[in-house]
Amino acid sequence: MENFAIYVPRLLPQKDYFAPGHRACIGCGEALAVRLVTKALGREVIISNATGCMEIVSSPFPTTSWRVPWIHTLFENASAVASGIEAALKILNEKGARAKMPKVVAMGGDGATLDIGLQSLSGAWERGHDFLYVCFDNEAYMNTGIQRSSGTPFGAATTTSPAGKLSIGQTTWKKNMPAIAVAHDIPYVATACPSYPFDLIEKVTKAVATHGPSYLHVLSPCPTGWRYPTDLSIRLGRLAVETGVFPLYEVENGKYRLNFDSSKLRPVRDYLTPQGRFRHLPKEEIERIQEGVNKEYQKLKRKVEA
Amino acid sequence: MEMVGMEGSLAMAEAVRLANVDVIAAYPITPQTHIVERLAEMVANGELNAEYIPVESEHSAMSACLGSSATGARTFTATAGQGLELMHEVLYVASGLRLPIVMGVANRALSSPLSVWGDHSDVMAVRDCGWIQIFAENGQQALDLTVCAFRIGEHPNVLFPVMIHIDGFHLSHVVEPLFLLDKSQVEGFLPPYHYPFALDTDKPVTIGAFTVPILYTEARKSMEAALRSTRDIINEVWNEFAKVSGRQYRAVEHYRTEDADTLLLTMGSYSEIAMEAIDQLRDRNEKVGLIRLRLWRPFPFEELRKATGRCQTLVVLDRCISPGGPPGPVCSEVKAALYSQKKRPKIAGFIGGLGGRDLSVPEFVKMIERGKEIAEAGGEEVETIGVRGQ
Amino acid sequence: MSTKRKDTDLTWQDIEIGAAISTPGNAAEYKTGDWRSERPIWNKDRCIKCGICYLFCPEGCVSHDKEGYFEADLYYCKGCGICARECWTQAISMVPEG
Repeated sequence: MENFAIYVPRLLPQKDYFAPGHRACIGCGEALAVRLVTKALGREVIISNATGCMEIVSSPFPTTSWRVPWIHTLFENASAVASGIEAALKILNEKGARAKMPKVVAMGGDGATLDIGLQSLSGAWERGHDFLYVCFDNEAYMNTGIQRSSGTPFGAATTTSPAGKLSIGQTTWKKNMPAIAVAHDIPYVATACPSYPFDLIEKVTKAVATHGPSYLHVLSPCPTGWRYPTDLSIRLGRLAVETGVFPLYEVENGKYRLNFDSSKLRPVRDYLTPQGRFRHLPKEEIERIQEGVNKEYQKLKRKVEA
Repeated sequence: MEMVGMEGSLAMAEAVRLANVDVIAAYPITPQTHIVERLAEMVANGELNAEYIPVESEHSAMSACLGSSATGARTFTATAGQGLELMHEVLYVASGLRLPIVMGVANRALSSPLSVWGDHSDVMAVRDCGWIQIFAENGQQALDLTVCAFRIGEHPNVLFPVMIHIDGFHLSHVVEPLFLLDKSQVEGFLPPYHYPFALDTDKPVTIGAFTVPILYTEARKSMEAALRSTRDIINEVWNEFAKVSGRQYRAVEHYRTEDADTLLLTMGSYSEIAMEAIDQLRDRNEKVGLIRLRLWRPFPFEELRKATGRCQTLVVLDRCISPGGPPGPVCSEVKAALYSQKKRPKIAGFIGGLGGRDLSVPEFVKMIERGKEIAEAGGEEVETIGVRGQ
Repeated sequence: MSTKRKDTDLTWQDIEIGAAISTPGNAAEYKTGDWRSERPIWNKDRCIKCGICYLFCPEGCVSHDKEGYFEADLYYCKGCGICARECWTQAISMVPEG
């Protein structure tokens, strides 16, 4: 992007640190989220990535989409690896063996963050390492073929919580990971969505500037797993926010702030209808989801007003 | 230099201090806890300038070591038994990525039933993890071999993680006489650590890409070939260390083997008790000797074949069972190593010392005598020393 | 390590230590453009050169020409249609590949 007279590029960091040629699905919301997050992170980062969609599509040996130092080891330990990197940077700097202190960023999907990697993330937060954790939440174990995670929303059909004669799909409610982050008393927690790119980029910038642990939970619409036409990723992300299903908010040192508040949220049905994973839901279940969303949103508003 | 009395664990911690380690990931587990406690004390008192990460599990301990070593920091951790098992998958990653982490393992029996006491079941469960694995038999070796481990692992033609095994309780908790090393000896001996693909924003690398079937075999072959080739460098480092300390270590250690007809093979701390048995038998004019495997991985084929080339009988003692498999992991590996030899001894295997049970000198003497009987009769039985009930 | 060679040409001696990749971003050699069944076409009469299509492309393959009008790099474009969907003036149409 050379011409700064052009509107949008003028507002963004120029370089892309996530190269095209990656093997993400057509229309992948998560790939876009990673592209925007890495744009905001810039050059001076070291990334510790958990196993998952983004790790696989970006690193088929001998090619890589990463233009920054990047390490992937296992599924549940991105935070532990990040802790080791952070500690090493600190001591090597102190001993004079290294001059720079790049930001350590851990990345993982909802499976890696909410499920199998929850322990190592909690440990890293408790120890107070200076690192940013970005959860790219596409609401299931997508890379292995759409199995449920604790981030899968109520009523969604996945291969391990399928809709059937006796089942409405996922019967539990989405685990509230940002609340778990806030419970660890870390200085900065935020939710974001690539449909609101400037908000996302600003939050990344704030998180990078935070001393200590920070957490970004990024909704990542997935055409393959959520079953919608590939061109709707941005639209669905917007609907998730506008219906209150995925509110955009920040928690700075325990203080909640809503970034997008509408006096009247759109009905949840607007968000559910375009997605094949909710297609099987009868009216009562959609109403139940509406109630659930309303309840959670009110809870959030009370925290904001507190 | 003065001799001091020191617990095996504390000797290992002392080695870590002398090596000026940068990052320690620490999770306690009996019987290695004294290692990480002493290291915490050293850091708290400024005796060791390192980042101490009190992780929340062994899986995270080894994972933090991966991140730290990949960033170019000299890294250490310690574990035992269940902890070694919990970090099992991470061990393979460490060797696959060629990260020279050094880990002290206070060998402990595996559950169930739960046992905190020493045996080799934790070691034998990780035979194929691709680490260089070295056994210490006494406190002096706990110190010396740990210092050497950093030089071995970080050698530019090695770049492999290294495990130093000390028997749980029998070595970790026993105060032994040893000579310390001083800082200047170690500083001269250990060059600074440099990882060729360190995580650095000036030279962005991608570590941990995945391989499709057409490439995985080549990636593993590359790693395996490299591990095999480290044997010569390990010997070189031990020779260099001998110049510094006056103490020489070898892949296979010999005790009174010169004209031995019968050899006993052991690994670990009970080797020293076995030496007493050898002395007793020698006093009775029996031509027996003891060989000890110090280098477990890469397996010292050459040295073992040379050591057993002239004996008629080889008695192998395992401190671990292989349920349902060929009895005695060490025994079956020794048999495999000697299978191709035109001239090879008759081999009798024994199991002993499980879950921290002591073996006495008379039991060793009986083992060697019984071993000769079994070998002579061409028997396959592997007896468990000291087990009650027949 | 060159990626111009086919995977089947790589011997075990060619693999870097730890299978590390020291050429950042070399995935850019890989053509994803043959995945698509539709391609985006910009109508210059409607394009206001805002750059939202550049912003929302998951591949990051949309850029502007000398005059500031946007276009997709067809070597990478997977034809998802997000740019066409999000364009404020509906200047982009998705046209089937022949």
